[in-house]
Amino acid sequence: MRLSVLLAMAFAVLPLGATAQDSAARSLAASCAACHGSDGRSVTTEVIALAGLPKQHIVSQMKAFRDGTRPATVMHQLARGYTDAQIDLVAGYFAAQRK
Amino acid sequence: MKRRDFLKASAALSLAGCATPGASRARVVVVGGGFGGATAAKYLRLWDPGIDVVMVERAGSFTSCPISNLVLGGNRTMEQIRHGYDGLRKRGVQVVQDEAVAVDAAAKVVKLARGGDLRYDRLIVSPAVDFFFDQIEGYAASQDRILHAWKAGEQTIALRRQLEAMKDGGVYVLTIPVAPYRCPPGPYERACQVAHYFKLAKPRSKVLLLDANPDVTSKGPLFKRAWQELYKDIVEYRGNARVIGVDAKSMTVRTDFDTIPGDVLNVVPPQRAGDIALKSGLITHNNRWCDVDWRTLESKAVKHVHVLGDATLSASGMPKSGHMANAQGKVCAAAVIALLNDRAPDPNPVMSNTCYSFVSDREVIHVASVHQYDAAQNTLLPVKGAGGVSSARSEQEGAYAWSWARNIWADMLA
Repeated sequence: MRLSVLLAMAFAVLPLGATAQDSAARSLAASCAACHGSDGRSVTTEVIALAGLPKQHIVSQMKAFRDGTRPATVMHQLARGYTDAQIDLVAGYFAAQRK
Repeated sequence: MKRRDFLKASAALSLAGCATPGASRARVVVVGGGFGGATAAKYLRLWDPGIDVVMVERAGSFTSCPISNLVLGGNRTMEQIRHGYDGLRKRGVQVVQDEAVAVDAAAKVVKLARGGDLRYDRLIVSPAVDFFFDQIEGYAASQDRILHAWKAGEQTIALRRQLEAMKDGGVYVLTIPVAPYRCPPGPYERACQVAHYFKLAKPRSKVLLLDANPDVTSKGPLFKRAWQELYKDIVEYRGNARVIGVDAKSMTVRTDFDTIPGDVLNVVPPQRAGDIALKSGLITHNNRWCDVDWRTLESKAVKHVHVLGDATLSASGMPKSGHMANAQGKVCAAAVIALLNDRAPDPNPVMSNTCYSFVSDREVIHVASVHQYDAAQNTLLPVKGAGGVSSARSEQEGAYAWSWARNIWADMLA
């Protein structure tokens, strides 16, 4: 097989040639994983899994934490550390993960 | 052919049923299997299975410093804080039980104690801390009786035994070095855990904290309130009390002003980046810490070598915590993958931190922060208006804290 064919195959099956934005979303989401589990799959029942939650739900909850309309022990303090654009990226990443 | 193209080609080949040629794959060596190193090893494999990852760790399993104070307090067991590396092996990390003793940065080789060299394309060193025993007179000769238990493991077990053997009415002395040291709230949590044990098992006993710092360095009002409300006649706190000597024969510690006797002496010495960082020229600051580029965690002293965790010269407002090391491990893994694939690393990394402290068997307080990269100052800075501490200690946070432990252990090891 010629190299160009191999490369074409690789691109077709490997979305790993991630765009900068994809990898930024992945890295941002990883900052949630210490408490919420790798890729948002929590191993406990006390802290919710984020994997597979609807994107709009995550965005709205983060904003509710931020403005204090949803009470929290720590999430209000963490939510205020992220920009709207970052919350959007994180929410999109978790929404795309299998539960 | 660039490595990037070669990888794509070899990935396609392996999908077509051919063997992946091993010799040309990039190899990352990780030294240290704690919160920083294990996290970096896992995420390298999770995010780029095309990279060979070798993790060198002298212990056969991981023992968590977070939650180890609860073992001292009798509220958790060693089994609950010890976890194996099989999860990393399943992800394709080659775990080598050995000690890294030298780095030849020119040849890009790590030398191991039992012999054998490991070649690397990128090296990640997560060496934790080691101690300046020589800054406390008499410590070197007293180490069979005077413990630090500031690395979880054998000393945790030994200190628990000393506490169990202590008579009711005895005094447990815990001494704290000048900041920065590993886990800022750790000593104050330990005081709570030991006091909780004394309250139940030997109520006439005392906990005496001798702090070289002028005041409690983390969550001060919350800890002081717990001491006042839960352990009123047990915990005594003294600031500006720097220990300069110990004597195991008379069982005393000496500060600049006093000689203080105790029945159990728990002396935490001043700290610096772990030995391998010292031996390999990674320490840049004050003979203690390793300065890094916060976008990549690459050493400012040695190219192609990255440093994680407690060993780093902390950025502003950044604690030396397991959670922080976990966050650094991920930023480093992403940057190393980018660099090995000829891409620019993320110019705006973000890290967050949440440190929980158990002030009793169930009640917990926290401190949290978010750190964003500031391009003008070339460093991570805590976001103003974000982060903070608990409004009050609570059992709800106790449940979250134990959940935190299980999730972060899985995040680094499973």
